[in-house]
Amino acid sequence: MTDDPIIRLPRGVRLHHDRVRNLPVLLGPERALMLDDIGLAILSELHDTPRLSSLITRLAARYDAPATEITTDVRAFLDDLQVQRLVDYDKESSDA
Amino acid sequence: MPDTAPPPPPLALLAELTHRCPLACPYCSNPLDLIARDNELDTATWARVFQQAADLGVLQLHLSGGEPAARRDLPDLVAAARQAGLYVNLITSGIGLTTDRLDALDAAGLDHVQLSLQGVRASVADMIGGYKGGFDRKIELAHAITARGLPLTLNAVMHRRNLDDLPETIALADQLGARRIEIACVQFYGWAQANRTALLPTREQVATAKRIVADAVPAYRGRMVIDFVPPDYYADYPKPCMGGWGTTGLNVTPDGTVLPCHAAATIPHLTFQRVTDTPLAEIWQSGPAFNAFRGHDWMPDPCRSCARRDTDHGGCRCQAMALAGDPTATDPVCRLSPDRPVVDALLADLPAMDDLPAYRYRS
Repeated sequence: MTDDPIIRLPRGVRLHHDRVRNLPVLLGPERALMLDDIGLAILSELHDTPRLSSLITRLAARYDAPATEITTDVRAFLDDLQVQRLVDYDKESSDA
Repeated sequence: MPDTAPPPPPLALLAELTHRCPLACPYCSNPLDLIARDNELDTATWARVFQQAADLGVLQLHLSGGEPAARRDLPDLVAAARQAGLYVNLITSGIGLTTDRLDALDAAGLDHVQLSLQGVRASVADMIGGYKGGFDRKIELAHAITARGLPLTLNAVMHRRNLDDLPETIALADQLGARRIEIACVQFYGWAQANRTALLPTREQVATAKRIVADAVPAYRGRMVIDFVPPDYYADYPKPCMGGWGTTGLNVTPDGTVLPCHAAATIPHLTFQRVTDTPLAEIWQSGPAFNAFRGHDWMPDPCRSCARRDTDHGGCRCQAMALAGDPTATDPVCRLSPDRPVVDALLADLPAMDDLPAYRYRS
């Protein structure tokens, strides 16, 4: 696994607004993960399959937080989803 | 139901689109009395059910059967479900799904495919499924699914005759590009109960399987998710069936009967409603079958005073019916159940491998 992977939501995993519970959810195979604001903020930035480093730079700028402080939390959140195959880490962009 | 708050919205709906199926697995979860094609809901009615489910809070739709591909309108049903905002999972044997039909489902917005696996070799798989050539077609279809980028879960149903093939089963799932394998030991309802003696694995088989899974989970970490459902007869405490009766999901049969779980019709005194007569929300919120085992009031002791009563909810009502003849009994799998000797007697009396009775297949 590279230290600066490209992050993508794989086919069959998507963000959804649950209008009954009024919550954002990540839907995937056999999974419906209710998201908090932080989870939603991270996953909303994946539309252009950024590298981890640029994702963190973007989040730091948007939420006015030091990149060094958020790196560990963002990585831990994404690692947990990767193990569940709800996000993919790629070395190279497949549509480059 | 004085001790029960209104039920939370359900998360999942299992739509049994048809009971028709080219396979005849001896552990089929369909009832012994199958619903005929003439009584199946039509496309428009299913579409209405999907919309009602989404309005009620359902997020995940499982299209199942029988074999759902036996429905010619399957792509229309997938499109209707996506239109309603549901995540659409197809539970299939793969038989009857050509690559053209797979393309049509893909275009309609299918999210995920869960493909059943009867065995890792044609000789075993086709004998269990009762369908010659089924294994080869299934493997072809698995490749076609992953080639399209669709997420694939391999649903390996395990029992006495194939549990020893577990390492090969996990390797096959990985080789096919599955993102997930569900290793599900047969649960004994319906046809599986009728074939229980031939299907129950031995204690040694189960212990070995647990070790294999424990080694495989870290080995495939990040590459393939491994979920394991052991046979609950060997457990000390019952499974928290359906996450608690009437709390998480609904099941709609081919003729529109709404059940709290796929085996609920085995409980004789329950009254079931149909989507053709009553709105789904009303059935969920106040239907008599859904309210029958919500909360704690129905529980006898030892469940009612048990510290685990909100963990396992007294176990499975259908299993209590099947093994103790009483749907309000503590699940006989539980070590605290007065009926546990019934289960122990079944486990003590397993025939040798070359003495297994012939399977009784659904016709």
